[in-house]
Order: sequence, then C-alpha cells, then structure tokens
Amino acid sequence: MSLLEARGLSKHFGGVQAVAALDLDVAEGEVVGLIGPNGAGKTTVFNLLSGFLAPDAGEIRFRGRSVLGWKPHAICALGLARTFQIVRPFPRLTVLDNVLVGALGRHPDAGEARARARRVVDRLGLGGKASSLAAGLTLAERKRVELARALATEPALLLLDEVMAGLNPTEIATLVGLIRDIHAGGVSILLIEHNMRAVMALSNRIVVLNFGERVAEGPPAAVASHPKVIEAYLGEDDVHAAPAR
Amino acid sequence: MRWLAAALVAVLLALPAFPSVFGSYAVTVFTLIFFYGFLGQAWNVVGGYAGQLSAGHAAFLGVGAYTAALLSAEAGVTPWLGMFAGGALAAVLGAVVGFLGFRFGLRGFYFVLLTVALSEICRIIAANTEAVGGALGYYITFTGNPRQFQFQDTRAYYYIALALMVAATGLVAWLERRRFGVYLAAIRDDEAACEAAGVDTFRYKMLAMLLSSFLTGVGGTFYAFYLFSLQPNTVFGVPLSVEIIIRPIVGGAGTVLGPVVGSFILSPLAELSRHYFAQGGWHGAHLIVYGALLVTVVLFLPEGAYPRLARALRRRAAPTA
Amino acid sequence: MAVGLTLIFGVMRVVNFAHGDMMVWGMYLAWLLAARGGVDPYASFVLCAAVLFVAGVLVQRGLVQRIVDAPHEMQILLMLGVALVLENAALLVFGPEPQRVRSALAQATIWLGPVFVDVARLITFGVAIVLTLLLSAFLFRTDLGRSIRAAADNPYGALVIGTDVRRVYAVAFGIGAACVGAAGALVAPLVPFQPSTGLQLSVASFNIVIIGGMGSLVGAFVGGLLVSVAESLGAVFLKPSLKELVSFSLLVLILLLRPAGLFGRRAA
Repeated sequence: MSLLEARGLSKHFGGVQAVAALDLDVAEGEVVGLIGPNGAGKTTVFNLLSGFLAPDAGEIRFRGRSVLGWKPHAICALGLARTFQIVRPFPRLTVLDNVLVGALGRHPDAGEARARARRVVDRLGLGGKASSLAAGLTLAERKRVELARALATEPALLLLDEVMAGLNPTEIATLVGLIRDIHAGGVSILLIEHNMRAVMALSNRIVVLNFGERVAEGPPAAVASHPKVIEAYLGEDDVHAAPAR
Repeated sequence: MRWLAAALVAVLLALPAFPSVFGSYAVTVFTLIFFYGFLGQAWNVVGGYAGQLSAGHAAFLGVGAYTAALLSAEAGVTPWLGMFAGGALAAVLGAVVGFLGFRFGLRGFYFVLLTVALSEICRIIAANTEAVGGALGYYITFTGNPRQFQFQDTRAYYYIALALMVAATGLVAWLERRRFGVYLAAIRDDEAACEAAGVDTFRYKMLAMLLSSFLTGVGGTFYAFYLFSLQPNTVFGVPLSVEIIIRPIVGGAGTVLGPVVGSFILSPLAELSRHYFAQGGWHGAHLIVYGALLVTVVLFLPEGAYPRLARALRRRAAPTA
Repeated sequence: MAVGLTLIFGVMRVVNFAHGDMMVWGMYLAWLLAARGGVDPYASFVLCAAVLFVAGVLVQRGLVQRIVDAPHEMQILLMLGVALVLENAALLVFGPEPQRVRSALAQATIWLGPVFVDVARLITFGVAIVLTLLLSAFLFRTDLGRSIRAAADNPYGALVIGTDVRRVYAVAFGIGAACVGAAGALVAPLVPFQPSTGLQLSVASFNIVIIGGMGSLVGAFVGGLLVSVAESLGAVFLKPSLKELVSFSLLVLILLLRPAGLFGRRAA
C-alpha cells in the first residue's frame, strides 16, 4: 500500500532548479534510500515533503491525503516525522523533555506523555542521560535524541537526513541496528545518506538523485552498478564503499 | 532542596503578617514588589518561556487601566468586574500584536521592534484622544470605597498585590509541567524543530501572548486604582515596559521564581536609588542602575539570578553530585 | 546616522539599540564644544566623530565582543542596557531640559533656484553624501574595508584567511559610532534635543535601516530620504503631535511587508 506519493515535484531557488519534476514513492513497510552527490536536491525534497517548503509544482499525497500546503506540524500529526541534516535537539531542554515534546503531540496529558517518552528514551539507549541537557551531549547522543523525539510522535513514515554524518564506525553500526529495530517496529523509512555501506545495508530500494532529477532507482545491488550512478559520483570523495579508518 | 521549599513556604506564610509589623513605607515597597512581580510573571509567560521578547507590554497595562477607569467613572461599573473587561481588551490588543508578529514570521529583534512600535502608537493615540483626557491624563476621584476597588487602608493593596503575584506564580508553576509549558520552552529553543515534532508554534505563541496580555491588563486595573492618575506617556511608555521586563530578566526569564526573585532584588534597588539620586536633584537616575544591571546580567548571569542561586544551593546540599 | 547603524548590523548582526542615545551624546558633545569652546558644530563634527569612534570601539571591545556568539535575545538586552545607561547618564549630567546649539550658519538661508534652502540643512545634506561616499570608498577600496566586508559575509572564512576579526568588529562598531557622532553634531543646531530624544532617534534609525535594508549602505541612504519625505508630508497633513505616529506606523508596515527592506538581504 502506498504511504507516500510525490508526483512532478519541482522547486527552484533564484536561478537554480533544485528539484525537477520528481516522482517519489514509499510503500508501507519499506526502507527507501535517497542518494546522490552534494547539491542533488535531497534535503530540498525532504523540506518539500515535510512542509517546510512549498513546491512550485507537483502533488504530494501522504496516507491517501494531499498534504500540499500543509504546515509541518499538521503533516507530523498525520504521521510523517523528520530529522535534520544539522542535528537540532532543543539545547536547553533535557533529553527526556526533548522527547516529551514529540510525545505530547499524541498524548496531551503530560503524565502519560512523560511515561511514553521515557520508554522511547530507554529504547534508544539514552536512559542514563535522561535528565541531562541536550546541549552537553556528544554528537552521536544528540542524534539519538532527535531520533527519539521523532519516534515519540509515533510516525508511520520517518525521514532521516544524513543521520550517519560525523559519526565513527562504532556509532554508525549502533545506529544502523537501531534503525533496523525501528523499521521492524512498523515504521517506514526514507533516508538520505552518503554512507554507502549503511544505505546498502538498510534499504529495500534506492533512488538516486542528480541535479534534482531521478537518474536511477532499484534494489541496492542494481543501483550500485548502474552506469548513470557511477557517472554522477565520479570525482566525488563522499562515496564511502568502506568506512574510513 | 527540601529545606529550601520549607523556607519558601515559611516566608509565604509570614508575608501576610508583615503589614501589622512594618510601617507604611515598608508596606508600600512590598506592595510594589508584589505588583511588579505579578506583572513580571505575566510577561514571563510570553517573554521568558516562549522566548518572544516583547518590549511593549506597557500597552497592555495601559489598555487595562484606562478601560477599568473609564468603565468605573462613566458607566459605574465596579472595577472588580472592570478588571476583567480591561484584561479582555488587553488580550484583544495582544491578539493583534501576536497575530501581526507571528503570522508575518517576525523573530527576535524584528519582533521587539514591532512591540515597541505598536505600544508607542497606542501611547500617541491615547495622548491625543481628548475623550480619555489627552496628554494631561485621566484622573480618578478618590472615594475610598472598596466596591470601587479603592481602599483607605493601604494594607489592602498589599494583600491584593500579594494575592495577584502568588496566583500568577502558581499558574505559571502549574503550566510549566503541562503541555503548554513544555511546548513554550521548546518554541523558545527552536521553532522549526518544534514544527517538525508536531507543535503548532503559531497557536501556542498566540496562546502565550493572550494569557500574558490578559494578566497584564488585569494588572492595569490595580495600577489605575492604586495611583489614581493615568498619564499616557507613563502608562504606555517604554520606561514602564522596561520596568516590567527587567525583573524577570534579572531574576531569571523562563523560570517560575525568576520574576519574583527579580522583583525582590529590583524594587528595593529602585526605591533606594530613586531616593539617593532624588536628593541630589537628579531625576530618572535609577534607570542607569537598571541599564547597568541589565548589562551585567547579560554578560555574567545570562540565565538570571534565580537559576544561579538555585544551582549554588543545590551544590551545597549535595557536594558529591 | 542610519548608515552607521546598518554598518554595525551588517558586520556583526548585532542590533545597536543604543544608537539613538549615542547620537544624543554626540549632540551634547557638540553643544559642549560650542558653549564652552566657542567651536561651531560645523567644524567640530569631525571631533565629535572621533570621540564617538573611540567610545564605540571601547563599547565593542568591552561589552559587545563578549556576546557575539550569544543568542540574539542577549544581544538585544545588552544594547538595551547600554541605551538605558547612556540616556540616563545624559540626564544626570545635562539635565532634562531641551538644549539647542547656536551656530551662525543655522540662521542663514540662500536661494537655490526657486526654493529657499536652509544653509545648515544644505551643509548637513552635503556632508552626509560625502561621508557616505567616503565610507563606500573605504569599504570597497581599502584593505581594512574589504576585511570588514569579508567578516560581515563570513566570519569563519575571514578568520581562516587571517583576518583579525575582533579588530575588524571593533573598527566597524567604531565607525558606526563615529557616523552617529558626526550626525549628532551636524543635526544639533537644527532641532532642540534632550536625553529622551534618544529613543526617537533610535526608532528613526531603525525605521530607515529597515526600509532601506539591513546591511546595505545605499539602502540606508535611500531609506533616510524616503523616511524624511514621508515624515514631512505627514507633518503637513496631520497635527504635529501625530508626526511620530507616521514613523511608527511606517515601521510597522515595513516590518510586516518587507523586513528585508528595499536593498537588504534577509538576516537570520
């Protein structure tokens, strides 16, 4: 069953066409990887899907409803959660309160929401840091806080924007496990990632973007050897076939 | 921290008894402490918790004050009811300010400027409207009738101000733990992240603004029937807005006790410097003290006096933390 | 006046709430020099600019520099505090009564084509143009000027290529203050002023800068012209006491419709 359908999505900034007539689908239960060189328009797609930007043209349907022109919080209420490329937890709030903000969207009663937030915090291994301020945490921990907050909104679809960026191999491995776990729990995932290993490991299907257009799509193995994909990445230093030591 | 709470409760219980013990000057000072503590707490909702720095809150006070005063004098409505009308009208103004600011996405400095501009517009309108007394102001005849919110005994004002401050503080403490308070604190930190997490930031900022302006408007009634004269340049002026916001800022914006602590620090300070400087024939010099304090706080105590104090006390209580 | 403010904001993204009050000090300085030293403000404005330059640098180094990275709320409050101190120090030192500076030139008028023109205003206008041109030349032609623009665009980048960003900030702030000092001296003979004029001037500066666009010199200049025209028109049609209403309403309108101004880039 199709969870997310984007048709003919276009967005330009000044003279630059960031996204050009893009079609994108995510079916229920899928993990879809969105890859492409820097500047290919991936984060712009996320901003369009989550309501932070209005497309110049195109249609977005989420869970069967058109969410074009909806404010981000309404889209989130419908079941679409996202993280940000540059991680944004609430710095002056504790880990628990960070996640609480997400939970309150589903459970208006603060006591109930706190209990649920607590569970999410523990599930993501942040139990020990629940009362710490988000500002004082390591990058990996802050990413998990943001992830926990998104999870607390009980999404059907989770948009992850380069969650692996800046993490060391151990942290990446842990995060990959967590994402697998989240997916197993029934959440569909659309992830932007430069870390090829992670993308290959997690995705059912990969969509490749270049200059705002889809240039390839398919299962990981097929995409990896697709000539257009190799051409898009030629010269790119970001392609991590193996983790950098 | 147990003993701190106990100490607070003790002070709270003792406060009502003070007037019998202290002379009338002390009673006045305390009345002002409580009143500005109340106003500061009202501002705290939108300025401290939600992080929307409004430098035009005097406008809400003015609207509330004039409304109650006019209703009482022209329509014979008792200020006990009039204060709610005043609060409501102030809330309407707050809705306008909030709508203009938030719908048009004004943040930080731009929002401050908007609030200042709007409150100045109110001031100029009031000063030029003969129906409300124009530039000379509006005067309330003193009748000493409690039903008209006027009291011969100044101690009554003390109790009312105390009640207002305690009620507002209690309200903020209650809201802090509920969804409203948590959302506001998050909005202050990062609005975009809030939206992504499902928070309707516009709605909650508006609610904060409505509550804040309503309470400030109610305070206006107290102001009107305590001072008996309303001068547009004073009541709608930027200096009064500064008086309102400096207490919570110095004491700790976004905390429950910040405005109270701030008021206890600043009101006595203001009175002292007023006296000290007035003797030398200098006017308004206490504002220098305010300015210097503001600068000091921003540089060295950005979260305010109360959080610092609380942390220091906590460390004393649990040195092995 | 507005040029100074836009410079400070454009470079450091710090909004100088104390701008108007600095200008008032410039006015008082000119007054002092005129009253005690017999120096005509049209000569002394250079000195006033210099004094305020130093003051600006001190303020920047001592206060503003510390909170360059702090959340915006803090910066606003800091400058508000400075404004309070300046305004009320002026009150303390000079008293609340309005002052006026005497200048021989202020009385003279000349015919310029079909119109009577105030010599004083003409000089002020001329100096404003010259100063703005000088400032542009400085920013675009000299090394220091380029450093300032670089730091404004990208502080980290500027650091990387070896710019002493702190010094640049201090200079920028100083120049901004100097502009205002000069403006104060030049305007002093034209209007009566008192310590509370500070707020009006700050608002006027903000008005102009926002209309013209934060961070744009051209914008500040054009904005200044626009606002003056609007206010004069307002004074013609409305009661004089409502003149301020015009400027505040204008500010609100601009804030709502185009906060980036006519020439400005939208700041964070």
